[in-house]
Amino acid sequence: MLANVDALLLARWQFGFTVAFHIVFPAFSIGLASYLAVLEGLWLATGRQVFIDLFRYWIKIFAIGFAMGVVSGLVMSYQFGTNWSVYADKTGPVLGPLMAYEVLSAFFLEAGFLGVMLFGMTKVGPRLHFLATLMVAIGTFFSAFWILSVNSWMQTPQGYAFNAAGQFVPADWWAIVFNPSFPYRLVHMVLAAYLTTALVVGAVGAWHLLRDRTNEGARTMFSMAMGMIAVVAPIQILAGDAHGLNTLEHQPTKVMAMEGHFQSHPDGAPLILFGLPDQEAGTVRYAVEVPKLSSLILKHGLNEPLKGLDTVPRENWPPVPVVFWSFRVMVSLGMLMLLLGVVSLFARFKGKLYEWAVLHRFALAMGPAGFVAVVAGWITTEVGRQPFTVYGLLRTAESASPLSAPAVAASLIAFVVIYFAVFGMGILYMLHLMAKSPHRGEHGIEPGAPIRTAGITPAPAVGSGRTLHLAE
Amino acid sequence: MLANIDLTVVWAFIIAFAVFAYIVMDGFDLGIGILFPAFQPGRERDTAMNSIAPVWDGNETWLVLGGGGLFAVFPLAYAVILPALYTPIIAMLLGLIFRGVAFEFRWRDPRHRALWDVAFTGGSVVAAFAQGITLGALLQGIKVEGRAYAGGWWDWLTPFSLLVGAGLVCGYALLGATWLVMRTEGSLQDRARRFSLWLGAATVAAIAAVSAATPFLNGPYGERWFTMPNVLLTAQVPLLVAVASFLFFRLLRSGAERSPFLLALGLFLLSFVGLGISIFPDIVPGRVTIWEAAAPYASQIFLLVGASVLIPIILIYTAYSYWVFRGKVDAAGYH
Repeated sequence: MLANVDALLLARWQFGFTVAFHIVFPAFSIGLASYLAVLEGLWLATGRQVFIDLFRYWIKIFAIGFAMGVVSGLVMSYQFGTNWSVYADKTGPVLGPLMAYEVLSAFFLEAGFLGVMLFGMTKVGPRLHFLATLMVAIGTFFSAFWILSVNSWMQTPQGYAFNAAGQFVPADWWAIVFNPSFPYRLVHMVLAAYLTTALVVGAVGAWHLLRDRTNEGARTMFSMAMGMIAVVAPIQILAGDAHGLNTLEHQPTKVMAMEGHFQSHPDGAPLILFGLPDQEAGTVRYAVEVPKLSSLILKHGLNEPLKGLDTVPRENWPPVPVVFWSFRVMVSLGMLMLLLGVVSLFARFKGKLYEWAVLHRFALAMGPAGFVAVVAGWITTEVGRQPFTVYGLLRTAESASPLSAPAVAASLIAFVVIYFAVFGMGILYMLHLMAKSPHRGEHGIEPGAPIRTAGITPAPAVGSGRTLHLAE
Repeated sequence: MLANIDLTVVWAFIIAFAVFAYIVMDGFDLGIGILFPAFQPGRERDTAMNSIAPVWDGNETWLVLGGGGLFAVFPLAYAVILPALYTPIIAMLLGLIFRGVAFEFRWRDPRHRALWDVAFTGGSVVAAFAQGITLGALLQGIKVEGRAYAGGWWDWLTPFSLLVGAGLVCGYALLGATWLVMRTEGSLQDRARRFSLWLGAATVAAIAAVSAATPFLNGPYGERWFTMPNVLLTAQVPLLVAVASFLFFRLLRSGAERSPFLLALGLFLLSFVGLGISIFPDIVPGRVTIWEAAAPYASQIFLLVGASVLIPIILIYTAYSYWVFRGKVDAAGYH
């Protein structure tokens, strides 16, 4: 009995660990692919050298991030079977095709356009190259589309039936793909990817501005990133609010855990700012709260009733402290992003965008904030779905593979050691590239380097000349 | 019209195709990883690496497609096989991570190049060996109760699975060596040709040993191979293996550059056909048939629509890419 519990917990950690590592690379790739498309588009439209310099500066970083996203994604496509085989058997007929479409669209994107984008500027000409860059940006979006549809279906399942073997089988594909939480989650996640990238670009710009305020590349990227944050951060907060209301409608237990509402509040629920949730006792200790505010946010009325976890059987409670805290980490970082956007607008208005060192230090410190917020938000939504894998229908305890704890423990240790070593080095190489200041006449992928991670068809990149060491 | 076609069989062939495409395409680049320490650091290693650098990650995507396709169309098989082969599959994934990043990092970090070379070789050997073990363990039979795997986490470890693992390492190394015979010149080509000779012998020996052992495993294999009238057809497979092996050694000695690689691929194709004869129509040999494991029609047709458009496009792109990268390569890349 105890051995089963342990193996289950280890399997959950393993999935959480591998997916948390994986999620940061696509989040960065989605945003950066779009940023690259914007830079190249601006270069084509204005002919200004700085835009193509920045394009070449960032594409080197994109190549490393994309490679790490590919190999960490390979692991994810097998995790469902190795560690969650019962879940895989039961949901395969519904979720398998959606995941296969994700693979096919990623495949297709790599097949056609990645090689051209990375290596092909001199071969296909600027306009076709811009088309390739656009297609890569669209392709990353489609990958996100399918994988988030899968994730959303696990949160808000519909359009299914059961067969005699107890499997979920598709009854209405349209209802499955466009399940109720999917549009909200897609918008929230894609905006998060844009914000994450803008924060990284802004931090790199700030770092170089702190060393040299006159660097044109640093100025341009900082200005673009701050503009993006000023626009997207408030939209993201509105999108997050809408997503929260959708969750309240479909997964009220998750919202109770996020809010720390163990008790029901028939005449207006308080907003708990901070406190220590105690799952055993069913209460939040040392709570700092604002009366009635939670009802105002969630129900748009001060005295609206809100149910608490006391209306839910205990065996259906998610781990409240984890959800409570990860939610607060995400929201606090979101507020800081908003603040950064507002301060940067003020500085811009005053004409001091490139002068205020305090603003640059703030932007630098916020560089990793997007990644942390993405992981925290992901923990909120996935741990908040517990104790189910398919919300309300399939329990996590009934989803795992029949494996013994030592098997799962050994593989978990191997993943942790190898991920930190390998991806740690990769991130280090990315930071090295970011530490170099952007300059005029920036090179693309190094001259003399062979084509490496170029997708399935680097061929169009080299065209008839078949010379691989391109300097752009 | 469409209702008359058994989509389950169609999908079994599509997935078999994806697996074989993976073996053909990733086989030779894993093989080069396996042979890597035998090449001189510097020119020879850079040349060997550059001959596969543009294509390796496209090759690996077929593995994702095979896994994803199995989950979508044969979820029960996916759910039974992966926990049964837990250790070799995790080892394979970790091996592929190491060798995958080595391509990029080796170039970016010359000071630690020796370290990334070790990662490249180690990852390639582990991935190849684990794939062979996976196949061997699948053939020798896995314990199933109800809809789940019912054995322990070391059940896969037997002399037979280790034999198949070692055989696949030899086979991939053979593909890698013959690939280099085709794609390089000078001392590297000479060395690759010498390797091809004894790797060819080892691979043929491994095919013979695995084929001889398979009918004695606890499964329906003997009956599928040896009963009349099946045997009239199945006997052609070992016969063709003998012909292909004879041609391989003869042409390799005579200095041919392209045919040894194609004949090595031929040996793989014949082994794969032999495997198909042993297994079909099971998907978990001796336990679960493709029809028992299949997802419902609605799932099969939904995915088939996309796959029948996208897979041909991917194949055309792939063929074009290999066409562009034909010819000899050196330390600086293709010319």
